[in-house]
Parts: sequence; structure tokens; C-alpha cells
Amino acid sequence: MIKVLFFAQLQDALGSDSIKIEEDSLSVYDLKQQLKNDYPTLQLDGVMVAVNEEYALDEDIISSGDIVAFIPPVSGG
Amino acid sequence: MGNKLFEVTNQPIDVEELISKVKRSEAGAITTFIGTVREWTKGRRTIYLEYQAYVPMAEKKLAKIGEEIQDKWPDTMVAITHRIGRLEISEAAVVIVVSSPHRKAAYEANEYAIERIKQIVPIWKKEHWEDGETWIGNQLQTVPYPNGKPTSGEVE
Repeated sequence: MIKVLFFAQLQDALGSDSIKIEEDSLSVYDLKQQLKNDYPTLQLDGVMVAVNEEYALDEDIISSGDIVAFIPPVSGG
Repeated sequence: MGNKLFEVTNQPIDVEELISKVKRSEAGAITTFIGTVREWTKGRRTIYLEYQAYVPMAEKKLAKIGEEIQDKWPDTMVAITHRIGRLEISEAAVVIVVSSPHRKAAYEANEYAIERIKQIVPIWKKEHWEDGETWIGNQLQTVPYPNGKPTSGEVE
């Protein structure tokens, strides 16, 4: 099981701050594709992904137990 | 506020307390940056702001900015607190304090910290207006991730 966190406008669009994915292992790219299929209203363009609190690239592999976060362009400060 | 040098809090920021975290006998200068809630942005009036963070990662990335500053300006000491939740006009959203033996490094390191916060720290602000609201992104007017992903240089 992989936990996926959403923030800011993604959280508003989804109506929830997290979901669970029943996968043992998949790439960041594949997870994005799966979410685009399951939640067509989610705008993931320009959104970064963090795996276990570190920024990840499309080819990085996510494993069961990992915490993934979808991070829209930040606006702190 | 606690004793942490890099912190995300839902409480008002105590500037004096933050300064005390970097005050030391070696320092000849302490620069303090206070980012406050602005009422007017591009002709539109903000009623209040709402900040959200991915707290554990945000604190980790603030600490990383601290490490970068240590590399670039070895004699400085940095503390950063960012507030989240609802903030009213003129309240402090972020406070950055840098102490240094000499002022130049303290100024430079402080500006570096706020620029990096706007690049890598997972914190978002939502502007609430009289007639609507929106999450703000990409306020540096750049395209940081043209391919929808960062390059390794941008995130490490």
C-alpha cells in the first residue's frame, strides 16, 4: 500500500488530502498516469512529486510503505 | 515556539525569540527579514491569507537551506520560522534571522534564504479576496519545472 498526499489546489480538487494505492511497486510516471485516469479533474502539469519527503523524478520507483506527495508550485514566504 | 532553528508553526511568530536563537558573542550583525501579509496585490484587495504546508518536508527543506547557507557563508548562523493557517493583514508569515561576524554575509545569506524558500519549501498560500479565493503558485513568474518535473540540480 502506498499513501499519496495532496496539497493546496490538488486537495481542493480531490476533496481529500490523501488516498491509498494498492500497489507494491511502480514508477512516479506510472503513478501520475494512474491518477490522471482515475481523477481526470486533477491538474498535474507542473506539479512536483516527493517520495518520503524528498523530491523525486519520473523514473524513480515507489514501493509499498512509501509516502508520496504531489506538490504544486510552492508559494511560501 | 520551540528551540528548533527551522520550524513551521501555526502560532504567531515571536521575532525576538527567533533572534535569540542566533545571538552569540562572535556575531557583529544580525539581519532579520519579516515577510508580512500584504493587503493589495496587483490592484486586488486581500482580506486574509491562508498558508498550508507539508510540515515535515517543509522543515526538512528549511534545514537544507540552512546547510546551503553554511556552505556559502561558513561563519553565519541561521534560524527560520514559517507560520501556517489563517493570517491577517500585516501579520508575519515568515521570519528569517542570520547572525554573522560581519554584516555583508548576514544580508546576503538572508536574501538567499527567502529566494530558496520560494523555490523548494512545500508551503502554499491561498489569497482570500472580497469576491473569491485562489491558491497562489509560481509567484516568482518563472517556469521552474518546464517538463513537469525538476531537474536534479533544482531539488538537491
